[in-house]
Formats: sequence, structure tokens, C-alpha cells
Amino acid sequence: MAELKVIVFQLKDEEYAIPVQQVRSIEKIQHITRVPRVPKYVKGVINLRGVVTPIIDLRMRFGLEEAAFSDHTRVIIVAFDDIEVGLIVDAANDVVDISTEAIEPPPEVVDATTADYINGVVKIGKRLFILLNLEKVLKTEKG
Amino acid sequence: MDMSQYLEVFIDESKEHLQTINEQLLELEKNPDDVSIVNEIFRSAHTLKGMSATMGFEDLANLTHQLENVLDGIRNGKIAVTPELLDVIFRAVDDLEAMVVSIAEGGDGKRDVTEVVAQLKQIEKGEVVVTPQKSHSTYEQTYDEFEYTILKQSAEQGFHSYEVTIKLRSDCLLKAARVFMIFEVIEQIGEVIKSVPTVEMLESEQFDDQFVVTVVTKVSQDELQKRIMKVSEVEEVRVQSVDLHRSNLPVEQKEEPKEEQKEETKTVEQTVEKKQEAQEEKQTGKQVSNKTIRVNIERLDVLMNLFEELVIDRGRLEQISRELNNPELHETVERMSRISGDLQNIILNMRMVPVETVFNRFPRMVRQLARDLGKKINLEIIGAETELDRTVIDEIGDPLVHLLRNAIDHGIETPDVRRAKGKPEEGTVKLKAYHSGNHVFIEIEDDGAGISREKVLKKAISKGIVSEQNAANLTDKQVYELIFASGFSTADKVSDISGRGVGLDVVKSTIESLGGSVSIDSEEGVGSVFSIQLPLTLSIISVMLVEIQKEKYAIPLSSIIETAIVKKEDILHAHNQKVIDFRGKVVPLLFLKDIFEVPVIKEEDDFLSVVIVRKGEKMAGLVVDSFIGQQEVVLKSLGNYLTSVFAISGATILGDGQVALIIDCNALIK
Repeated sequence: MAELKVIVFQLKDEEYAIPVQQVRSIEKIQHITRVPRVPKYVKGVINLRGVVTPIIDLRMRFGLEEAAFSDHTRVIIVAFDDIEVGLIVDAANDVVDISTEAIEPPPEVVDATTADYINGVVKIGKRLFILLNLEKVLKTEKG
Repeated sequence: MDMSQYLEVFIDESKEHLQTINEQLLELEKNPDDVSIVNEIFRSAHTLKGMSATMGFEDLANLTHQLENVLDGIRNGKIAVTPELLDVIFRAVDDLEAMVVSIAEGGDGKRDVTEVVAQLKQIEKGEVVVTPQKSHSTYEQTYDEFEYTILKQSAEQGFHSYEVTIKLRSDCLLKAARVFMIFEVIEQIGEVIKSVPTVEMLESEQFDDQFVVTVVTKVSQDELQKRIMKVSEVEEVRVQSVDLHRSNLPVEQKEEPKEEQKEETKTVEQTVEKKQEAQEEKQTGKQVSNKTIRVNIERLDVLMNLFEELVIDRGRLEQISRELNNPELHETVERMSRISGDLQNIILNMRMVPVETVFNRFPRMVRQLARDLGKKINLEIIGAETELDRTVIDEIGDPLVHLLRNAIDHGIETPDVRRAKGKPEEGTVKLKAYHSGNHVFIEIEDDGAGISREKVLKKAISKGIVSEQNAANLTDKQVYELIFASGFSTADKVSDISGRGVGLDVVKSTIESLGGSVSIDSEEGVGSVFSIQLPLTLSIISVMLVEIQKEKYAIPLSSIIETAIVKKEDILHAHNQKVIDFRGKVVPLLFLKDIFEVPVIKEEDDFLSVVIVRKGEKMAGLVVDSFIGQQEVVLKSLGNYLTSVFAISGATILGDGQVALIIDCNALIK
């Protein structure tokens, strides 16, 4: 049975998951330099230990309402292909092992905007994790 | 004895000696009677021979030895210096270089040099070498002991040995394929003992159209010839039986002159040493100052990055020390700042390399080109000591080669044309490098035909690069720029040297990718100047930091003309565009806070801070809120996610750890 280690983070009321292989680090929120004339959800760039890294507000990326940063707000630095960006999330909760067999296709009721960015869902006990399709999040043309 | 620890030193020194030989040979060509130059070459060759023999690179040592013999002949006045002779010597030096490169890349430094050695021997014997490629005698086979034994044994077993000279038709397209077929034919009836050039060279088509193989076979001379002739596109096959006595000769001969030579070399060395003691001292002095170690550029990059981190922390420390207001802490932090400033200079300088490293291969190239094209060209190099960032140096070689070839091929006329025009027969190409401000300029100037406006325009129109109506309005400079357009080549006939489809557009794009620019100035009949402007370094630039509302941006100093404070009432309107009168010129104003959609927090003052920037001839005034100051910053990319942000060329990390965006003025000025 194949196991998949995922990082679980919170966005609004839902819990999302990204495979650990795609996660570089989790950072606290720090000064973000705004970059002009880019899609709204690109908050800007930060100095990540000497590397200028773009930051995406995942709430805005998914069309959710904006929220003020709190003590729990985190930036998850993810890497896909040669792209490295930070994702702003409400909180980074957990590292969880899930079995690949437990992954179910996304339920059809999930609202249309987010549906594209989902690889599937996993139910463990009472918790439901939404598996993020990072490639879609980073590469599809921004709405 | 394990020599590997000396290998690096050997390679470096060999390269140095080869460079000296190359340079001095070019000198010698200009002053064929100057014995001191020959001595210089001789000494380098001799050292090289000694080193390579010690290191066990026999081929290298042998060839150098042969070279030495010829040089000795020149020095003693037995052999006259002719361009043909120098051709052979240059070829020998090329071979030497190839061997050293092969050693440097971990190879064994072996190379088939029989041909060149044979030529050198001929010269040494006082025979005039005809242009090497065409001479048949140069393909004469010589055999080493092993091959000789095989030949002898085969003869004893009733095999015939033949030297077969095969000439392919000059229009033969797939030479390597023909070679393969010929070898296959031969292998059906016998065995190939040796081939000149080597099989590898034949297979990679590194031969003209003729090669010699030594074949051991039982069939007759005639049959062998007929069989090979059956392969198509073979023009001529000459079969000659191997005279085993003759082929043995070179091997035996080799031993004797070696002894003599050694004797001679010793005496020669003594005289040379005496004669040039003063010069020698100068040389050794130079060598000491040139002592270097090689460092991988990646390590320097890592060092640079680490240093950047340090700078950021320094900024924080400074801030903390100001807040705490502790005099002792203050003093320490200040000292640290000073030291890290020095450190930064050193790190930056470490990446700087003199352009000489690129330039020094040009004299050879120009000489070769000039000979190939039947032109007389004098290459002048000025400012070879000018330093540039390593990354720029690595990239600039090819564009320069291209421009030089262009100048020689299209620029400089043939001697008779030049004579008819009343110019000296010898054309001059000047390669000049110099610093100016934050840039390095490299100019390639020729006194050739110059660029013909009509010709360029005609071509550009025929290629659809410009329309006929537009063409008339273009300034000369704009016309010259056209030759950088893709798909452009002005040469009436396509020659081998330049104009092979890859045009000057590649040169332009390469230089622009380095953050530089290239421009042309030309006068028909008088000559042209190609001028390349390059940034000193790619990674560090001087910027002016400005504030727009609460945001900080950096403007490269290279595009700034000056800064000004403008009163609000001095702003004029022209065609819906706010402009100012700046030193008699009308300059459009660009409000960065609108362009960059900066969230407005505070209201405007009555005065505007304006940064006047330029792109070529055009100017614009960038309106900001305040000037922070000038600073050297490290250029960083925005990464692969944000690939094309309008008017932002990159970012940098400021002393307080925050990111500031660097404004691309070229995108702002249309």
C-alpha cells in the first residue's frame, strides 16, 4: 500500500494537502514587496534567504474573500519544475500520512473555481483533505 | 612517480608557452630577420619539450622537438622565414594546442602528428614545402616499429604490402560514407595496417579528398586498384608496393639527430641566456606577479551570495546599534561595516578578468583569415588589460569573432582594390577596449570599404525589412542598424568566412542579453566602427533608490542622465501628455505611481522629484516622491514564475532585508 506524506494547511474552513516532496519550507509572514501589474493574487515578492521569491495569496487564487494576516498565517514555499513560489495560507496544521488508495476523485459539488486545482480528496476519520494540484495552481493562466 | 599533482601546473604553463609561441610567431612574421624573436620562441618550445617529456607526453615532446629543430635552423640562418613555413609551424602549434587541451580534458594527449612532423623534417632538411594540403609527398607513410614488424612478417608469409593513395571526387558529398565503403572493400581482401589521416579523422571527414592506407593483402596490385575503383565517387587510386627498407628509414634516422640536437641545444641555451639576461629577469618578474590559483566561478557565486547575506545582517546590526545607542557597539558595528565594504570590493574584483583572455586568440584568427582571403591585414589591439566580469567575458568571445570576421571579410578590400583607391595595401583593423563610467566599450574599427547606404537599403527593401517609403526617411545610423535585422547579409556572394546565414542579428541579441548594446558608425570608402557597450558586471549594478509613496524602487544609474526637482506649475501639456522643459528639450513625464499602480497614501507636494532617464536618443522624466540615494546592489531575478513583469527588469535585496524592484527604463520609453 503506497503511502503519501502530505503537508496539511487551512484555507477558510477547509483543509488542503500538498505532498511533502513539493514543499521546500514553511515560513512566517514577512515583509512582502508589491510587484506592479501582475495578477491580483500575486502579492509580491519576499527575500527568502537571499532568493527573491514570488508570493501567491491562495485565498485570492481560489476566489475566496481576502483575510487579514494573523499569527497563524503561513507562507508555504513550494517548488514545481523550475518554479519556486510561496503560498499564503491561513495556517499550516499538520503532516499526515495518507494511503494513495484512499484518494477519491473530487466530489462534483465542489464549486467550479476550485475544482480545477484539485487532484482528489482524502477522508481520514472525520477530516477531509483536499489534494492540491500544484501544477494547475502555478501554470494555468490566471483569471 | 606520480605526476598528477603537477598536471595542473603543467597544463597552465604549457598554455602560457603556447601563447607566447603564437604571439612571437606573429611578431616573427612581421620581422623575419629578428633573431631575438626566434630565440624567444625557441626557449618556450624548449621548455615545453622538457616539461612534456618529464610528464610522459611523448607525442607532445616529439613534435616540440621537431619544431625546435626547425627553429634552430631559422636561428642559424639555414632556413628562411616564409609565410609557407610559418603556416606549417602554426599548424604544428595548433596540434600542440590540441594535445594540451586533450590532456587538460583528461585525455592522454596523443595525436597523429606524423604529417606535420614530416613537413617539419622536410623544412629542416632545407626542402621547400609546397602548400601542405596539395602536396602528395606529405602523405608519405612512415611506420613505427610495431607496424614495421607487421609489414615484415606479412611479407614473410607471402602477403603483399601496398600503399594505396585514394582520391575522392572533389564534389563527393558523404566522404565518410565513401571511406567506410572503401575500407570494407579492402577488408574483404586484406587488412588495413595504417591510414593517414587516421581512421577517426577520416570518419569525421577531417581530410581534403585524398588519403593513404597501407594494406596487407594477397591480391595483386591491379586487382586491388580495380576493386577500390568500383566504389563510386572515387576519382583516382594509386597503388604502390611498400618498400620495407625505405619505410624503415625514418625510425632509424630519428635517433641520430636527436643526439646532435641535444648538444646543440645546450650551447644554444647558454648563448641565449647570456644574450638575454636582462630580458629574462624581466620575464621572471612578470611570472611572479602573474601567480594565480584557479577558482571555480560557482564558488565565487556562493561567496557572493553569502556576502550578500552578511550585508543584510550588517544593515540590521546597524539599525539595532542606532536604537541601543551604545558607543562601544556603535564602534564595533562601524568597523565591521568598513571591513565588509572592503571585502565587497575584493569579491567583486575577483570576478574581473582582463579582456586579454578573449583578445589573445584573435591575432592568429585574423592572420589565418587574411591569408585565406588573400588580404593584407594588420590587427591592432588596444586596451587588452581592460577588465570585465567573468560572466561577460565568457559570452563576448563569439560576438567579437563574428564582428572581426565581418570587418575582415566585408570591410577590408583586397590589396588591388585598396591600391586602386589610393589606400595602403595593408588594411588595419583596430580592436579597442576601454572603461568609461560603469561600462566597458569594445570597438572594432576597420579602414575598409565602409557601409553602403544604398546597398543596405536595397537589400533591406528586397527582404521586406523596411518599406520603400520608410527607407527614404531613415538616417544613416538607422540604415546601418538594419544590418542587425534578422535575415540580413550584405555580402554579394556568400563566403565561408561570414554571412553563412547566421547574421549580425545574433551578435546583437547576444550583446543585448548581456545588458549591453551595439552601434555602428561608418563612412563609405573610409571604414566602419562597430562599438559595443557592455556593463562592467552582470551581477552588481549601481542604482539610484527612489521612493514612490511607501514603496522603494531602484533605477539603474546607467540610464539616468540627472535628477531634478520641478515645480508643479512648470509642467506643460502637449497632446494630453505632461511634459517639462529640461535644458531646452521637451521631456515627457511619466508618473511612476500611476504606471506601477502604487497605492496612494499621501498627497502630492508642490514640487516633483524627477529622474531624467534616456534610451538612446530619447529621454523621459520619471516622477517619484523622493530620492533615497545611490547604491550598489546585487541584481536578482524574480524567478521563473514571474517571467515578464512590465518595466521591471529584476529585483535586489536592500540592507534592511527587503526586496526592491529594479525599473527597466527601456520598457518605459517607447
